[in-house]
Amino acid sequence: MSFAQEAGFIVAAYAITAFVVAALIAWVVLDHSAQRRILDDLAERGVSRRSQRSEG
Amino acid sequence: MAVIDLANPTRFLRFVERVLPWLALLTLLVFAIGLYRAVNAPDDYQQGATVKIMFLHVPAAWLGMLGWALMSIAALGTLVWRHPLADVAGKAAAPIGAAFTLICLITGSLWGRPTWGTYWVWDARLTSVLVLFLLYLGVLALYWTAEDPGRGARAAAVLTLVGAINLPIIKFSVDWWNTLHQPASILRMGGSAIDSSILWPLLIMALAFTLLFFTLHLAAMRNEILRRRVRALRLMQAQQFAEARP
Repeated sequence: MSFAQEAGFIVAAYAITAFVVAALIAWVVLDHSAQRRILDDLAERGVSRRSQRSEG
Repeated sequence: MAVIDLANPTRFLRFVERVLPWLALLTLLVFAIGLYRAVNAPDDYQQGATVKIMFLHVPAAWLGMLGWALMSIAALGTLVWRHPLADVAGKAAAPIGAAFTLICLITGSLWGRPTWGTYWVWDARLTSVLVLFLLYLGVLALYWTAEDPGRGARAAAVLTLVGAINLPIIKFSVDWWNTLHQPASILRMGGSAIDSSILWPLLIMALAFTLLFFTLHLAAMRNEILRRRVRALRLMQAQQFAEARP
């Protein structure tokens, strides 16, 4: 098998791995900001945990 | 802070906020070293340059199995001790373990074509890893579709413990059955069969992927705790609204 053919398999493996890892990181980051946004929104409307109310 | 303190979700969140940036930084650093060593590793005398796929495939395979092992311990925590953080840990590990198992399957297929002449064979190792991936999808479906999160968590925990039987099957499939897949070449009696010029980049990449797994797992656990707070607050809000109505 020529190097060009081997390189195709190697590049594909690294590119797909990078894509899946990037998707995982994006999922974690976007999920975090979404949950934080909802919690801040609830707090603004006066809905918060008892411990947070006592802190404030 | 004692380890037992981390069993409290609020303290756990504080711990994650403190540790996560450093863990992410360490992961990046080890990945940079691992990728540098992987790119500069010599070609294998039989497989040529395609041996570089091993630096992704083997760590992904380990982490696919580690993810399920972690979920199995968490499942015991959910079913026996009913600890809320155990369920959080199990649920957070499932998509990450599934992603690493998918990487293992795809990179293995891309490595198999130039090495064996085929993308896929239904041998014991490949089939048992595919079963692991399908089990991950099953657990995710239970978590994501259950109307009652508690019931979904218990069902997922039972499936996780039943699926744990697949882990020794994956590990020993190459010894128990005649497979196209090579037998263990790193952790085996008599030491590693891999030359140090390839073994070291592999071990560094394995460490980098493991750090990435735990970074993502801690971040996903934090998100899951926040999601449960959102759910609890919305339920509380609905209850207050119902009580305020004349």
